[in-house]
Amino acid sequence: MNDLLVANSVSKYFGDFCALNNVSIAVPKGTIFGLLGPNGAGKTTLIRIINQITIPDTGSVFLDGEPLQPHHIQNIGYLPEERGLYKTMKVGEQALYLAQLKGMQKAEAKKRLKYWFEKLEIGDWWNKKIQELSKGMAQKIQFVVTVLHQPKLLIFDEPFSGFDPINANMIKNEILQLRDEGATVIFSTHRMESVEELCDHIALIHESNKILDGKLIDIKRQFKTNTFEVGLSANNENELTKDLQSKFEISKAEFKSLNNDIKLNIKIPKGESPNDLLLYLTQHAQVNHFNELVPTASDIFIQTVKNN
Amino acid sequence: MNHLGLVIKREYLTKVKNKSFIVMTILSPLIMIALIALVAYLSQLNNNKERIISVLDESGLINDVFKNTEHTKYDLLESITLDDAKLLVEQQEKYGLLHIENKLDIDAIAKSIKFYSKDTPSLTLISDLEGKLEKKLTDLKRKELGLDIEKLKLSETNINIAQESFIGEKTSKIDNVVKLAFGGFAGYMLFMFIIIYGNMIMRSVIEEKTSRIIEVIISSVKPVQLMLGKIIGTSLAGITQFAIWIVIGGVLMQIVSVVFGLNIVETQMQNDEILQQAMQSPEAQESMQSLINAIYHLPLLNLTIAFVLFFIGGYMLYSSLYAAIGAAVDNETDTQQFMLPILMPLILAVYVGFFTVIEDPHGTVSTVFSHIPFTSPVVMLMRIPFGVPIWEQLISLIILIGTFMFTVWFAAKIYRVGILMYGKKPTYKELIKWLKY
Repeated sequence: MNDLLVANSVSKYFGDFCALNNVSIAVPKGTIFGLLGPNGAGKTTLIRIINQITIPDTGSVFLDGEPLQPHHIQNIGYLPEERGLYKTMKVGEQALYLAQLKGMQKAEAKKRLKYWFEKLEIGDWWNKKIQELSKGMAQKIQFVVTVLHQPKLLIFDEPFSGFDPINANMIKNEILQLRDEGATVIFSTHRMESVEELCDHIALIHESNKILDGKLIDIKRQFKTNTFEVGLSANNENELTKDLQSKFEISKAEFKSLNNDIKLNIKIPKGESPNDLLLYLTQHAQVNHFNELVPTASDIFIQTVKNN
Repeated sequence: MNHLGLVIKREYLTKVKNKSFIVMTILSPLIMIALIALVAYLSQLNNNKERIISVLDESGLINDVFKNTEHTKYDLLESITLDDAKLLVEQQEKYGLLHIENKLDIDAIAKSIKFYSKDTPSLTLISDLEGKLEKKLTDLKRKELGLDIEKLKLSETNINIAQESFIGEKTSKIDNVVKLAFGGFAGYMLFMFIIIYGNMIMRSVIEEKTSRIIEVIISSVKPVQLMLGKIIGTSLAGITQFAIWIVIGGVLMQIVSVVFGLNIVETQMQNDEILQQAMQSPEAQESMQSLINAIYHLPLLNLTIAFVLFFIGGYMLYSSLYAAIGAAVDNETDTQQFMLPILMPLILAVYVGFFTVIEDPHGTVSTVFSHIPFTSPVVMLMRIPFGVPIWEQLISLIILIGTFMFTVWFAAKIYRVGILMYGKKPTYKELIKWLKY
């Protein structure tokens, strides 16, 4: 069993409204799995089903090979998008309460809380009330509470919202470290740059259906267009452009360069080696820049959603 | 992994440690006692003012009934005309003038009596005077008619119909009053408890929604557990508050009655001299005895057990609905439309209890309402002191428990869906739809 979490054709209806339609995902152990999709696509419903907050109408979910059961909540840490804490409760008491709800013993929870509070430099907040803290501070405590019981599966729904760049980076590094220590992470976000940085796998949900899923690198390969970004300097610019136009599909490119180059995107036919293009170009001009265009997660997202 | 226990503990501790809760718990009895003391003090103040009433008795027949008391003095005027008397009383700023004309027969005298004063005289004073005059004139008239007053007094008979059921249970009017007092108190307590602490539960649910912690909690605790934990935790806090109120109230009452108490009792005694006289009569002592007997004869064990069971059942029934309302809405102002259907049966229960149970504790209306689950806790608690067969209590209790389980299930459904719904205020139609989610 290489997959920690498997969802098999899960469907969920709210009245006549279909929130999830036959969605299946498999989250491999020790990876960060990006759950992507536009607003209202059904991501939160799927996450709630994994957390046993909502019961699916059909389909089943397995954690580590076992069908989901109430005791599995101890193995899951969930940071919801709509999150908050009791405003009038003290930070320490509150964190202890939430940890105990996840099945931890009080003494153990206290020890681990001290460790995390020190790690995130929030040790002196223990006796403060949440209403005295800023939003970002409260978010840090929520993060600690989510990971405190060392769950096998961590689910973060928009974890970086409300953080300043420094703290967002700190949390990002903590997430990466948790993965390296063996945790599996499901990560739901709209922020494509964090998907690029963090995710090993992604699944894209659109209008209740899963429309794409797989390893991020494989998907990128699948979406590659054999297009190369080139920067050339030549004496006879127009002639060269015309010549290229007759041989390849070309368009204007935009990138930063130090030279006053002709900037072009050149698409080569499938199966053809970029070496041939490069060889041709070196014969006619000086090549200052040669780079394969890799589709970004954002491109893939927009393109896939548009096509559906 | 005892989540329910954890939730109860947290709910209880946060409620009890809450500043406004502590302030309320300590201040409420203080305020209550202070109010009682204030009222007592004020009425004492009022009574301490000496009233002087001038009496112009032209008939000369009634002079001897006016005996001075501590706060009321009578000033008997003689050989003066009514107009002069009025002027005099007004100048001397006396309380008022009682004028009795000299007529031939007693009926005419009775009709001629008038009281003149600057302001409207106090009601108790007038009825006191009326009582005195009535007694005196009746006696005079009896004498005139040649009746022997002593014999008349001897002939007076006091009737108190003894009541007994076929199986030999004895009751009396005073018994019934005591029963009504006990039942009414129990029913009213439940009513107040539901309203105060039901609202507290509702607010606590709304708080979890508005602070957005609910989804974090719900990923560790089942909604039903969370809801029950809230209800039980809040109730325990409520019971604590009640217990503290009773203790503080008791202690303060003791202190107050030691400091002012004698005065209060004295005042009330003087307030009603007739009562004072009556208290010393053998009849009164007899009725005191029968009051104690009545309390003693109440089905106390049954009453206590029934009180606990119906109290818990009724409270849980309503508080689960309060929790469901809290889950369905986003803020307290939206709760209004859902509150009415909850309050209606509750208020109906109290009215049915106070009006029909007094009239006929075992009549059709009382019996039916003591079985309808939404009114049964209040109505049945009021009926039980009058003796309700155990099997009837059991049936009612079973219906109540059954309904209670249904409402908890229903509330849990609403709760489960509602706590994750934000934004618009739901309609009843939508609530029904939520049951199917």
